[in-house]
Amino acid sequence: MYNVVIARYGEIGVKGKNRYIFEDKLVKNIRNSLKKLGKLNVYKQYGRIYIDVEEYDYESIIEEARKVFGIVSLSPAVKFENNYEKLKEVCLELLKDKMEFEDVETFKVESKRTDKTFRMTSLEMSRDIGGYLLSEIGGDLKVDVRTPQVKVEAELREEACVAYLERIAGYGGLPLGTNGKGMVLLSGGIDSPVAGWMVAKRGVDLELMHYHSYPFTSERSKEKVEELARILSTYCGKLRMHSVNLLPIQKEINEHCREEEMTIISRRFMMKIAQKVAISKGCNALVTGESIGQVASQTIQGLTVTNASVDIPVFRPLIAMDKSEIVDIAKKIGTFETSIIPEEDCCTVFLPKKPVTKPKLEKIMLSEQNLDVEKLIDEAIENMEVVDITL
Amino acid sequence: MEIYLDNSATTKPYKEVVDKMVYALTDQYANPSSVHRKGVIVEKEIKNARKEIAKYTGAKDKEIFFTSGGTESNNIIIRGTAYANHRSGKHLITTKIEHPSVLNTFKDLEKDGYEVTYLDIDNNGLISFEDFKNALREDTILVSIMHVNNEVGAIQPVDKIGRYLSKLKRKVYFHVDAVQSFGKIDFKPSKYNIDLMSVSGHKIHGPKGIGFVYIKETTKIKSIVTGGGQESAFRSGTENVPGILGLSEAVRITMENLKDNIDKINNLKELLLNEIKSNIDNIKVNSSENGVCHILNISFIGIKGEILLHYLEEDNIYVSTGSACSSKKKGSHVLIEMGLLSKEIEGAIRFSLSTMNKEEDIKKAVGIIKEKVEELRIIINKR
Repeated sequence: MYNVVIARYGEIGVKGKNRYIFEDKLVKNIRNSLKKLGKLNVYKQYGRIYIDVEEYDYESIIEEARKVFGIVSLSPAVKFENNYEKLKEVCLELLKDKMEFEDVETFKVESKRTDKTFRMTSLEMSRDIGGYLLSEIGGDLKVDVRTPQVKVEAELREEACVAYLERIAGYGGLPLGTNGKGMVLLSGGIDSPVAGWMVAKRGVDLELMHYHSYPFTSERSKEKVEELARILSTYCGKLRMHSVNLLPIQKEINEHCREEEMTIISRRFMMKIAQKVAISKGCNALVTGESIGQVASQTIQGLTVTNASVDIPVFRPLIAMDKSEIVDIAKKIGTFETSIIPEEDCCTVFLPKKPVTKPKLEKIMLSEQNLDVEKLIDEAIENMEVVDITL
Repeated sequence: MEIYLDNSATTKPYKEVVDKMVYALTDQYANPSSVHRKGVIVEKEIKNARKEIAKYTGAKDKEIFFTSGGTESNNIIIRGTAYANHRSGKHLITTKIEHPSVLNTFKDLEKDGYEVTYLDIDNNGLISFEDFKNALREDTILVSIMHVNNEVGAIQPVDKIGRYLSKLKRKVYFHVDAVQSFGKIDFKPSKYNIDLMSVSGHKIHGPKGIGFVYIKETTKIKSIVTGGGQESAFRSGTENVPGILGLSEAVRITMENLKDNIDKINNLKELLLNEIKSNIDNIKVNSSENGVCHILNISFIGIKGEILLHYLEEDNIYVSTGSACSSKKKGSHVLIEMGLLSKEIEGAIRFSLSTMNKEEDIKKAVGIIKEKVEELRIIINKR
């Protein structure tokens, strides 16, 4: 019965003159995300986006389109020429179809009339259609305008009539590619994929940076991170992942610095390497999964020392979130199950027994003077591996 | 160059095995249950495979049943005997260091009201014969003992246990998980009074996903895989023809030269042990001298086995930290039961050999292991 899926966007609507840039980007992003389902007609019409549905299953289309940032909600709908009588019949058909599979006792009709030449107001339309549905279906069916089990939405527009029953929520946000590019420091844990996802939701294209200590860590832990990147790419499309082996640097720190400073100095190296690569790739910011007080290197003092290693902005979308809140998002976006697979991602051999929780920048910088920082960074980047992650 | 020392996890198939499987997949693809000629020919191939395996196992054709491998074999044998004989009693005996496919099956049977005695092991990984005798009860119906432990290679006294059980007035069935001993020890189930035995194809250079069980003719056992009645209705399901033909080929090649093979592998193990002992200090040998020919478990004190493993894979040397099935979990239950110290468990590496290994590879491997162990110890001692 459905022949179209409606995609609604919210925030884009208030972008003024630039609105069309966002809209066009969104249409393009939807088209890309649906590519694997076949060639689909996605088009913009009077402030909303339609996806024509024919032989394809609309449920899988909605499932995919839901992941496109910028979409607030989606509805499978019936769209046809501007014809009020037919609109009533379609509403009846939709409701009857629903009642075949579910017990429906209460409903309500909500109408919209953008065609102001039409003889009824939208309120009158709702009343008229509601009455029609009641008389055609009969039985125990009742109207409930407050908390109806089913909301029948009927629209009379100049260009077409549209009817539908459900709205499936999207993630909102802004279309990817409308807000620059960020380099995510991605580990195999729970936090960083969520951080990356949250920033991407604001329209930021992502590049990924991953650190490992092979052979102190295993090939499998690298594969796990690639799997996380693959899940992110269901939202973000193709992603480029840069992998850097931190082991040579960790060995140097181990040899020349104090044990308790291992973690914090490693973090500073990660940031510096990420920044250097980010700038060369045209990224405007770094993104991390840090959250205040989660581990020793994420105290305010720790974060300050880490932060002082770079000049470009560092986005920390999880900074004030509790672990449980982060876990909830990870579950929602589908990364949780992969994140909790037990693989060591950062080498535990180098974990200090008593890491500094309140490091002082001057002291850490003094320790770093024992290392040839620039050379180590350059060597790490020279040996960096790059993989493209696609579905 | 690749030095594969993880033959307890799996072995590389013989070329003949692969050829036979390709033949099965390309030419003999008919369903052996089909009535037409093409099906009958495949049925005949299976019959010959069964005969071949029976011959080298010292069994009758009808005592050999094909399964998907060790785990399924252990499952259907243990459950099948427990269910079929519960009227004679509900007590079962096994050991604490069995493979998870045995341990978890017993754990499951406990929920069904069976009582299980888990025998302890000593620091050589061996159960005591006295303990076993003391564990036997009037209502014991099944004893299930692994012949060779997959992590340290300890050989359990299944010969003595079998002989003892044969002297009892009442019938106590004896299951032996022979996954790590078939093709590595010269024995016949009938000689040891074994009633049930599990064997897996991929541990003897055969294919994965195929194995067989030996079930002595007189065994009372219930089928738990019901269906179209294949394998004398004991284990239904369309036969894995490529697997079966590949398996019989592997059995033939392994068993034809069994004594030579064992000698060859034993010599390799001796060489590996001596090379390690004379080149690397601060080690502990966890496998006993009377262990199986192909497994050598050694702890390198002061390092983590897993890190050494990854260091070695960089040079294409493949070893294991324990059994592949439990490598995801913390600490081997076998080494814990043997009473090893935590630093010994942490630094444990299992080397497992096959006839495909060469002496020069062993020497080369030890040279690299020495280097890597020294490097790791320097890094870790800094801390």
